[in-house]
Amino acid sequence: MELVIIGGGPAGMSAAVAAYESGVRDMMIIERDEALGGILRQCIHNGFGLHRFGEELTGPEYAWKYEKQVKELGIPFKLNTTVLDITPDKTITAVNPEDGVFTIKAKAVILAMGCRERPRGALNIAGTRPAGIYSAGTAQKLVNMKGFMPGRSVVILGSGDIGLIMARRMTLEGAEVKAVCELMPYSGGLARNIEQCLNDFKIPLRLSHTVVRVFGKERLTGVSVARVDENRRPVPGTEEYIPCDTLLLSVGLIPENELSKSAGIALSGVTGGPEVNQDRQTTVPGIFACGNVLHVHDLVDFVSEEAETAGKKAAEYIIGIRKKNADVTLKTDGRIRYTVPQRITEKSDVNVYFRVGDVFRGACINVYSGGRLIASRKKARVAPGEMEVIKIKKELIPDSGELYFELEAKK
Amino acid sequence: MVRELTCIICPMGCGISVTSENGKITGISGNTCPRGEAYAREECTNPVRTVTTTVLSTDGRPVPVKTEHPIPKSKVLDCMKQLDSVRVKLPVKIGDCICEDVFGSRIISSANCG
Repeated sequence: MELVIIGGGPAGMSAAVAAYESGVRDMMIIERDEALGGILRQCIHNGFGLHRFGEELTGPEYAWKYEKQVKELGIPFKLNTTVLDITPDKTITAVNPEDGVFTIKAKAVILAMGCRERPRGALNIAGTRPAGIYSAGTAQKLVNMKGFMPGRSVVILGSGDIGLIMARRMTLEGAEVKAVCELMPYSGGLARNIEQCLNDFKIPLRLSHTVVRVFGKERLTGVSVARVDENRRPVPGTEEYIPCDTLLLSVGLIPENELSKSAGIALSGVTGGPEVNQDRQTTVPGIFACGNVLHVHDLVDFVSEEAETAGKKAAEYIIGIRKKNADVTLKTDGRIRYTVPQRITEKSDVNVYFRVGDVFRGACINVYSGGRLIASRKKARVAPGEMEVIKIKKELIPDSGELYFELEAKK
Repeated sequence: MVRELTCIICPMGCGISVTSENGKITGISGNTCPRGEAYAREECTNPVRTVTTTVLSTDGRPVPVKTEHPIPKSKVLDCMKQLDSVRVKLPVKIGDCICEDVFGSRIISSANCG
């Protein structure tokens, strides 16, 4: 088969449509769940698609825009199918209830497996092991897709967008959200979500606070929260007990790359996703990656855009187009945590996406090539929760060496 | 009087200052687009919100729905109460009308179900 796309969420569907439009026909999407759409199926709130479609869509509505195209174009997809392994020569082993275990040899592969939530075990919260502690996404699935309420009085740890959205969702469904605690001195979520998910319902956001202990034998009965110092260590004596039956954790997303590892793809220690070039091609030729498996995005609109690039470039790879007229590594100063792509191998206009490690005001992003400033962009404020982009013009891309990304700012 | 708002129209989340005298808006600043100004004006006079939630189908599955237009912010929780008793017969498609009039807006399905 020419092209196999692993994952039928927004990234996989958008990549599939782009590859089809670039001429690929012998292709298939493999999806683990019972329907296409990925995580958007449970994201029933609105706010998706403003960049791409100029309207505010809910998650299922956004997903449908692509699912419809996949179906109209007749792009084959297999549901309820889990990929077990990918080899470096692009042999895919998968399993489902109808076909059993089967293998597909692909000319090109697009990885679009998304990400998963950081679990409780990664947090080292002291205390018992009662029921009532969920990741925010699990709670979202229970409420929005299964019709179950995980609890009635809730504390949320982590103020990323999923935590904020779930604070509002639980409130609308009749629960009392007592607090949203955030370890950092700023929220990782969008300002609009703090406004419409917390402030609208007068839910307190407690910055520089974390959950230090959970209580309860069978079921959670309460949590102890404490203020943290500038090194994110709990300050003794600041503990406060909050009775609750539910703790939701919204403490970060991790790209899901077990398959990438078995394919021998080099992963970035910072993003947790594959290292890619401007085409979103990984270090294994013919294997591309896009969406949250590559790096965690805050807006699905950018996932779709990135996936289009991957789909189009996978199509070019399949028909044998190999353009390589540069070999440039992108480096960052640490204030900028990472860039995607990490390499540039072709002189074309490249949008470089990046995230910063802290909140900075009056920021200026400078890009240097061999000590010479080649691109610069000013931003009034940059924050870890918001992905940024800077465009590098093709005529400024050197043949080899490094592009150095530096952030100049007051903290 | 100066009121500080965070615009919720797009992911930029601009901080907007609204100055008013005797209940009349005399100045709006901080917004970076005309939609931000319209939002600020509305938020200070008649704040509205789009409600997204689920209603149950007759077989017990949740069906994602939303208000077709934003409704008064003060009616959001009342809207939720009204939707409690609604039961939808599957299948439904995106855009299907679930309720005709809840605080001035239709409630429409926001997913294909069943």
